[in-house]
Order: sequence, then structure tokens, then C-alpha cells
Amino acid sequence: MQQLEAARGRAHVPLKRRAEEEAWWQSAPWWVGIIVAVMVAMGLKILFDEDYDLAWKNIIPGVWITIRSTIYIFLIALILGLLAGLGQVSNNVVARNVARAYVELVRGIPILPLIFTLALVIIPDVSAAVGAENSVPNDWRAILALALIYGAYMAEIFRGGIQSIARGQTEAGRSLGLSRRQTMRSVVMPQAARSIIPPIANDFIAILKDTSLLSVVGVLEITRRTRQYSASSFKFPEAFFTMTFIYLALVLALSTVLTLFEARMTRDRAGER
Amino acid sequence: MNMISVQGLHKTFNKTIHAVRGVDLEVAAGEVVVIIGPSGCGKSTMLRCINLLEVPTEGEVSIDGADLMDKGTDLDLVRAEVGMVFQSFNLFPHLTVLDNITLAQKKVRKRSKEDAEVEARKQLERVGIPDKADAYPRQLSGGQQQRVAIARSLAMGPKVMLFDEPTSALDPEMIKEVLDVMLELAEIGMTMVVVTHEMGFARAAADRVVFMDEGVIVETGPPDEMFSNPKEERTKAFFDQILP
Repeated sequence: MQQLEAARGRAHVPLKRRAEEEAWWQSAPWWVGIIVAVMVAMGLKILFDEDYDLAWKNIIPGVWITIRSTIYIFLIALILGLLAGLGQVSNNVVARNVARAYVELVRGIPILPLIFTLALVIIPDVSAAVGAENSVPNDWRAILALALIYGAYMAEIFRGGIQSIARGQTEAGRSLGLSRRQTMRSVVMPQAARSIIPPIANDFIAILKDTSLLSVVGVLEITRRTRQYSASSFKFPEAFFTMTFIYLALVLALSTVLTLFEARMTRDRAGER
Repeated sequence: MNMISVQGLHKTFNKTIHAVRGVDLEVAAGEVVVIIGPSGCGKSTMLRCINLLEVPTEGEVSIDGADLMDKGTDLDLVRAEVGMVFQSFNLFPHLTVLDNITLAQKKVRKRSKEDAEVEARKQLERVGIPDKADAYPRQLSGGQQQRVAIARSLAMGPKVMLFDEPTSALDPEMIKEVLDVMLELAEIGMTMVVVTHEMGFARAAADRVVFMDEGVIVETGPPDEMFSNPKEERTKAFFDQILP
């Protein structure tokens, strides 16, 4: 008894556990405030500091190229990913192995070296081999390269989503007389979409950020323009802070849109699992 | 001609597990056949071979004269004529009860939305849950889900109904509501092959009971005879274990 009291440090003060409720300042989303503050500070700088304004004016033409590339890459990768994902779960031996080889090859090589190889060697060589030398403009070589890379990443998302649906669902569809294709479209895919959409949205944002890699093969997007401007003007802090501000603004805007879209697509319809 | 004809059926999994080892089974139109036997005896595999959910390793399967092992036969068309009810219901969780029942009618039978819904409501009435059309599967009890699954199959107007342990995943108080629906089907002359452990159902509804063990049919006969006076030792041993 005495030992216990000694252990408490003070005698006769009962120690009771109490469920602690977080105070408002503990649960408040301060991080939103921090990001907003950073954005506002950078925005004001661009508005009122001439050097930043000059950097902004030099970089901003690249924004359209970044956005356009992101959308093309996402759409092409989505189609490639769907095809390769379905290919991997196909009964067709050729389709299955081609899809698998494509996915494993791409996943086994880092993005940057693969962009060099695809955009500067494989795509021009292939177009030359089919008798259309120099038919693919430089920007499109880069877009196709990144689309091929993300297509393989998305293939894994589609495959995983499809395989997460219990086999009984396919059996029930087939035993009602639905064809393989009908079962995939009406039974498996709608259910798989729920687990496919969030990681695909994630890849959309990753593509937006990875378009910066296209600067290495001469696409005049945000990063390329920043490097050109900073190298000629020696205004490194102005150029790089403006660049990061633009990327952050783009990513925050896209992720807000995607979050809203996801909430709509995966919202629980009454009672559905 | 027999509605279902199975001859010399073998099914091997991964070249090692010999689940079905030579089964012959003829089922006449309107006949109710109940298949019983210990777990792992190959009865479910045999049933799943009848609509080629499992492709037989060897043997012949035909339904209403259509040879299912012939690659020229359109399996989807045959499967539309063969209803299948699973132990785990396998309703489509993303669709309402009504959409569960109309999906294949529209896609396979090419019925209009209106016709399909009329048929769906008729079948829901028959299985006793007309008020659940707009519910999602998850909102229903196991017994109700299984009755929806039966309605979904019946809406296709099948010639044959296969039941793969339809009550094994149900709580005891829900078994009866499903068996009642099945008994009614048997009475109106549906051709049925039922894999089950419900001996009461076998006694009440079966024209013929088939006892399987280790991948072969050991004994077959009318239910009274089988239950009261089995000829084979293995059948006797099985009944001794499960009947009070």
C-alpha cells in the first residue's frame, strides 16, 4: 500500500482514467491553413514583385502544354490500361502473355530512362519501320512514352479490381446465359469500379506531376520553361518558387475535382455493399 | 428423350484430384432427382458439370438433346435454359432485386424493360417476396436472398433447375422458406437436380435419390426404398451417420 502510494508520487490523490475529448484546437485541420497561407504568400509575391511577375510571364505558356499533355496521357493510358488489364485476365494465351510482358517490362524500368528510350529511340524507330519516318512530332513522342508507362501501371489496377470480385459473381452471370463479355460489363466491372476508381484518380495526379519529366526530351512545359528562363536570367529563386507554386495550384485543383468525382461515383447507393 | 443425359463423366482438377470418376445419370423431363453423399464426394462437381461451369475432363453431357461437349453448341443459349442456384446465392450486390432478375432477361432473352419487369414481379410473387423488388441484396435475409436467386433463374423460363446445396448457408429458421419454394416447383413439374443434405426434402419431393461417394454413384432409387432399405453397405453407413 505504501509502495503504491509512493509510486503515485503523492498520497491520497485518486488516479482515475477519463476518456479525453479532443479540444477544438487539437482536431482543427491546421494543415489546410498552412497550405493556404503558403499559397497566398506566393500569390502575393507574384502579384506585387516584378521579378516574380517576370518569371510568371515566362513560365505560364508552359501551363497549357502541361495540362494538355496530362489529359492526353491520362486518356491514352486509361485505354491501354483497360486493354492490358483485361488481357491479363483473358482466357486467350496470346493476349494474356502479351499483356503480362508489357506490364512487367514497363514496371521493371525506372520512368526517366524509359522516357528517353521510348521517346528518343523506340517510337521514332517504330514509326520509321512502318514507313512513316519523322511522322510523330516531338511532343507526341513524349506523350506516347509516358502514356505507355502509365498504361502498364493502370493495367495492374484494372487487373486487381477485376480479380477482387468473387468468382461466384461470374458463375452466376454465366449460368444465366450471359456471355463472358456481358458478364464482365454488367456484373464484374460495375463492382470492380469501386476499387478501381480511387487508385486511377491517384495516377491522374501522378501523371500531372510526372509531365515535368517530359522536359528532358524537349517538351516546353512548365519545368522546361522554368529552366530556360532561370538559366538565361539567373533569377533562380524567383523562377523555381513560381514553378512550384504553379504545380501545387494545379495539383490541388485536380485533386479537389477528383475527390468530388470519386465521392459521387463511389457513394453508397442505398444498402449497396 | 431425357432432359439431362450424363455419360461416362470424369472430372480431374490439376491432373491430380479425381473428383468425379465415371458417372452416368439420366433425368427425364419433370423428374426431381436429389443427390446426396458425404462432403467431397464429387456431387457438387458433378452438378456443375451439367451446365459446364466445370468442363468435364471426359464424358458426354447433353441437355434436351443439345450436346454440350460439342464446340459448335452455343453454351450461352443452353445455359439460359438451365437455371442454377448456388449455396452462396451469388446475387449481384450492385443491383436491386428487380435489376438482378431483369438483367439476363434483357441481355439474353432480349425482352423489353417492361416485359422483363412484369416477369420479375411475377416470379417475386411466386417466391413470396413481392415487396422486395426495390431492395438491394444486402438488405435481405439469407432466405430472402436465396428466394430472389431462385426467382432470377425462373424468370429465364428454364427447362431445368440445378440446386447446389441451396440451404447449406442458411440459418435453420430460413431453410424452410426456401425448401417450400422448391417443393412448389417440384409439384408443378419442373425438372430439378438438387444437391442437398436436407433428407426431409428428398423424402417429400424426390422421384429418385442418388447416393454418391468417392466420385461415383453408389446407389440410386426412390426415396422410400433408399432411406428404409439401402442395398449397399456404404449407403447404409452414410444413413446411419446422418439419420436419427
